[in-house]
Amino acid sequence: MSIDLKTIKHISKLARISVDEKSAEKLAGDLNSIFDFIEKLNELKTDNVEPLTSIAETTLKLRSDEVKSKNIREQIIKNSPQDNEDYFVVPKVIE
Amino acid sequence: MSDITKQSLTKLVENIRNKKLSSTDVTKAFIDRSKKSENLNAYITNDFTSALDKAKKFDQKPNLDLKLPGIPIAVKDLFCTKDIKTTAGSKILNNFIPTYESTVTENIWNEGAILLGKLNCDEFAMGSSNETSFFGNVQNPIDRNLVPGGSSGGSASAVAGQLTPVTIGTDTGGSIRQPASFTGIVGLKPTYGSCSRYGIVAFASSLDQAGPMAQNVKDCALLHEVISSYDPKDSTSIDFKRNHYSKELTNNIKGKKIGIPKEYRVDGMPKEIEDLWQKGIQYIKDCGAETIDISLPNTSYALPTYYIVAPAEASSNLARYDGVKYGFRAKGENLIDMYEKTRSEGFGAEVQRRIMIGTYVLSSGYYDAYYLKAQKVRKLIKNDFDEAYKKVDAILTPSTPSSAFKIGEKTNDPVSMYLNDIFTVPANLAGLPGISIPAGHDSKGYPLGLQIIGKAFDEQNILNIAYAMEEKINFKNKITDWWIK
Repeated sequence: MSIDLKTIKHISKLARISVDEKSAEKLAGDLNSIFDFIEKLNELKTDNVEPLTSIAETTLKLRSDEVKSKNIREQIIKNSPQDNEDYFVVPKVIE
Repeated sequence: MSDITKQSLTKLVENIRNKKLSSTDVTKAFIDRSKKSENLNAYITNDFTSALDKAKKFDQKPNLDLKLPGIPIAVKDLFCTKDIKTTAGSKILNNFIPTYESTVTENIWNEGAILLGKLNCDEFAMGSSNETSFFGNVQNPIDRNLVPGGSSGGSASAVAGQLTPVTIGTDTGGSIRQPASFTGIVGLKPTYGSCSRYGIVAFASSLDQAGPMAQNVKDCALLHEVISSYDPKDSTSIDFKRNHYSKELTNNIKGKKIGIPKEYRVDGMPKEIEDLWQKGIQYIKDCGAETIDISLPNTSYALPTYYIVAPAEASSNLARYDGVKYGFRAKGENLIDMYEKTRSEGFGAEVQRRIMIGTYVLSSGYYDAYYLKAQKVRKLIKNDFDEAYKKVDAILTPSTPSSAFKIGEKTNDPVSMYLNDIFTVPANLAGLPGISIPAGHDSKGYPLGLQIIGKAFDEQNILNIAYAMEEKINFKNKITDWWIK
């Protein structure tokens, strides 16, 4: 298995992380050595194994549908890098 | 004053209850020592001024019935603390001030403890040496330029260096047990669902657990009793009957059956680790328990499974850091450019690496080959433990395949860094509790730990086994204070 630069560019697009040429090469090298290590799993036959999706073997508890935290807009936007008091502000997205 | 910081949590609680010490005395002593210990770089943020105020307030009207009466405690900087900066060791959260408190820390303050500050850790808890922190390396109190392990490296360093009587860390693949082993202290990763994840910066949600780190097993049991609680705010928190772990602690483990899994005897494991394990087996027998050879056949697949499951969950969890709602924002030409630059400048190399792995294994065309495959192998690993626990009450293994290494020794080879967690990862994958206790030293004088893995919700049993072994081992940590200014 080999992850090439084109794949790195594709993944970085999906992950929304900009990657320049130099770090793309480094990432390709690192990811290839990590995936070489991960490939070991192919030794195992798992056709009839149920995947483990949750380790907590309990069903989710139901609760009544109540609003517990009201009027916390101020708290929510308190940490935003840019806001206009009521809303988050982002670079313009529509022309 | 200096002898105050040498006292165990249990002793400090006793001295405060007997009025031999005040909360102010104790808090002052730990602040003093923390200030002199800047060279360890254990803290990211300190809260010393308000800690002292809180201690004085406690002393004016002390409630001595609480479990941690006026005890100052520093915690890993992965727990959200209301109005106190919480960074997760990352540049991207460098200016994040939570407006709410994590359940686990809330539980501690409700029992009378006082926040000393926030402790250094690997960025988003991704690392085994604390070297991925945006806030720099942490020194291991054991020796100069030695890593304290990770990701709870600042926590381990702070307990071993006596900057805090106890602390809490988090453990996703070994992040409590491995640093505990590297610094000669006790660390417990509880059963998945025992401690609430509410308010803990998420890494891999099906694996993350908070847990106590302490100088001895009794302190560890007491702190665990405080932090473990059912919490409706965490949908995976489990409502089971919790023990009074410290009160029920006993060194009587006669007749217990302890499994010794042959698959943990890995290629290239230093003889010192094998010898330590053999010594551990002897201690178990000396305590009147029985050891039984067992097999956990899929052990060697645990780490590759982990390096699919954990990055997959991380890539999803860390999607929230987009420069909009909180944290660091880079300038961009448009929205997408802003996202990409924010995440590229805000995350460190290891975090980016793991997000990339996670994104890849979840991407179209690769999901079945990697993520689904890993979930199936995870099931096999859990089945191994279920099978073993039909015959034994707990399992004894080394905590790590080596002692602490030098800063910079493994930073260029991610896979060799990942191998540090080879003995700790299986318990996370299976959701089981595991405790690391200091059990000896290697030829360099560095501490080595043994791990006891228990059945789900059987923390009391592994604490008891650890307590009995601790007495036989009689470990003394070699702390020379070399870093004190």
